[in-house]
Amino acid sequence: MSYFLRKLGFYAVALWAALTLNFAIPRMLPGNPVDILLAKLQQRGGTVSQETREAYALLLGGGDSGPLWQQYIDYFKNLLHGDLGVSVSYYPAQVSDVIGQSIPWTVVLVGLSTIIAAVLGVSLGAFAGWKPGTWLDSLVPATTLLAAVPYFWLALILTYLLARVLGWFPMQGGYDVVLDPGWNAEFIGSAIQYGFLPALTIVLASIGGWLLGMRNMMVSTLSEDYILTAEAKGLSPRKILRSYASRNAVLPSVAGFAISLGFVVSGSVITEQVFSYPGLGGRLLGAVQNNDYALMQGVFLFITLAVLGANLVVDLLYGIIDPRTRARS
Amino acid sequence: MTNLEPAVEATAADTAEPPAEASGDAPVRSGWRMLLPTMTPWLATGLVLIVGITLFGLIGPFLVGDPDQIRDMGLTGPSAEFPLGTTQIGQDVLAQLAYATRGSLEIGFLVGVLATILSCFFGIYGAYRGRFVDEAFSLLSNVFLVIPGLPLVIVISGFVPRESRGLWTIAVVLAVTSWAASARVLRAQTLSVRNRDYVAASQVSGERPWRVITVEILPNLLPVIASQFVFAVIAAILGEAGLAFIGLGASNSSTLGTMLFYAQNGFALPLGAWWWFVPPGLMIALFGMGLSIVNFSIDEIINPKLKNVRLHRRQARRAARRERRLARSSRGAAGGVPEPEVSDR
Repeated sequence: MSYFLRKLGFYAVALWAALTLNFAIPRMLPGNPVDILLAKLQQRGGTVSQETREAYALLLGGGDSGPLWQQYIDYFKNLLHGDLGVSVSYYPAQVSDVIGQSIPWTVVLVGLSTIIAAVLGVSLGAFAGWKPGTWLDSLVPATTLLAAVPYFWLALILTYLLARVLGWFPMQGGYDVVLDPGWNAEFIGSAIQYGFLPALTIVLASIGGWLLGMRNMMVSTLSEDYILTAEAKGLSPRKILRSYASRNAVLPSVAGFAISLGFVVSGSVITEQVFSYPGLGGRLLGAVQNNDYALMQGVFLFITLAVLGANLVVDLLYGIIDPRTRARS
Repeated sequence: MTNLEPAVEATAADTAEPPAEASGDAPVRSGWRMLLPTMTPWLATGLVLIVGITLFGLIGPFLVGDPDQIRDMGLTGPSAEFPLGTTQIGQDVLAQLAYATRGSLEIGFLVGVLATILSCFFGIYGAYRGRFVDEAFSLLSNVFLVIPGLPLVIVISGFVPRESRGLWTIAVVLAVTSWAASARVLRAQTLSVRNRDYVAASQVSGERPWRVITVEILPNLLPVIASQFVFAVIAAILGEAGLAFIGLGASNSSTLGTMLFYAQNGFALPLGAWWWFVPPGLMIALFGMGLSIVNFSIDEIINPKLKNVRLHRRQARRAARRERRLARSSRGAAGGVPEPEVSDR
């Protein structure tokens, strides 16, 4: 039980650190974000009352709303209410509403393609490690090339080949703009068609890491004594591969999920930009280009929350799969 | 039977070597040789890629024309005068590529050094001190590990005004967000080295902590640090390219990422100007691939098991080949009808 408590405690600390970073960054760096935001707001025809000014100052610093610790406490209070301020670039929408609209796109795209990449990469890696020296094994060095390719450049190349030259997929967007978003077959079909290229990019770019890690673990697992015992018992090779070798070799891949998820999310932020995808990454970059600091912070917080949440779930699952981690702590 | 000869020669050479080494200062050299990777075709490929691209970045800018010169021939494909064509306002893509490669290598190296220093400090010093310092440092690096790096970098760069966003700002931001993973690796290695007898001996004899770390512990970690440095360089070049691609790069430098940024904003993709956006990304990919291949070879030093796997595999391959040839020649001697070779494989 203490393993789970430790993990929960760690993620609580990580969450606090992320929130504090979010609080500290705009206050530590040069420039005056509040003034820029308010000027933008006035351009858009928003009325700048004293209240809006204070709300922004609380989020970004630079205001005269009391000493730093007071600001810190108020900032946490606002976050607890879910109040992230007003977005300038989508005025008068609330930041939380803008984020809410774009979450499903990113979660489905990044989530699905990460799962596909992990499952494909791990099973291919298991086979490559099971029979070293086959054609699959000679593919392994090629995956290092894939791992070193910038996500967004791969996206550009795929768009050029599959969308522009061959014309199989649309070049940009998340769905056919003629359609209204909704849960009907036509819209979902269009979303799948538009999402295929971004998903392919993420899968191709991230599969190499899974494959390589699994293959190396597989090779070292195969030299363990219990594999030899299993062979001596006369178990079928498929049974050994599935129940003895893969199960043990996959553990580090599961434990390394945290690091890979961070990479995938980072990569997909820029990939979304290439495809003008209506997800969180696109919103984040749009916010940066428009100096929409409130939206920028909101999106960053949300991405961090999502990554931390996913990692917590994986870590807790890991404790169940591998009893040794529980025993050690 | 000629194929048996090399093996015999090799064993003969092996047995002949030790006496030669025993005379003179050879043992010192062989100690250093243990730290150098074995030359394999893969390592050679990696080194050629790295050296080639580095030379291109160092010398290339002197050989090409002005990368910013605007000509009256927008978006022409590769030709004799411009091997990689021109951009939409007639700039020489090859010249831009040379300068951009230099810029990317600069920032990659800078961030690699900064991140390695940070990870050495948090990883090695924390693990050496142990107890509270270790707990605090490893908590810090774990927290940095789970916070997604690039979104954080984007937010930080977004707050820095364009004028003050120089090369060093970007380098520091990238280094601060990328040291955590290697600090964790270094911590694990240090923990295993720290408890060895000679470290305890030098502690007991009253050496100061910094001397114990730099003289007793650090040399053991050199291969690990080298491999982490290589990873840091790859990550930095990729990270900077991503930042520059979305227009958040250093304002006074041109890198492969800025090239891609201009290509994207100049509609290179819809216009089909592949010669504009393919070379920069390919350059990054090839350089990264070269570095990762070199890293595989460094891994063999850290983990000698891997080296044995490779040697065993080579022996197995050689034995299989020899057997096949033996079988074939014995069949030929018996005068039987040679079976199709496919059955061998």
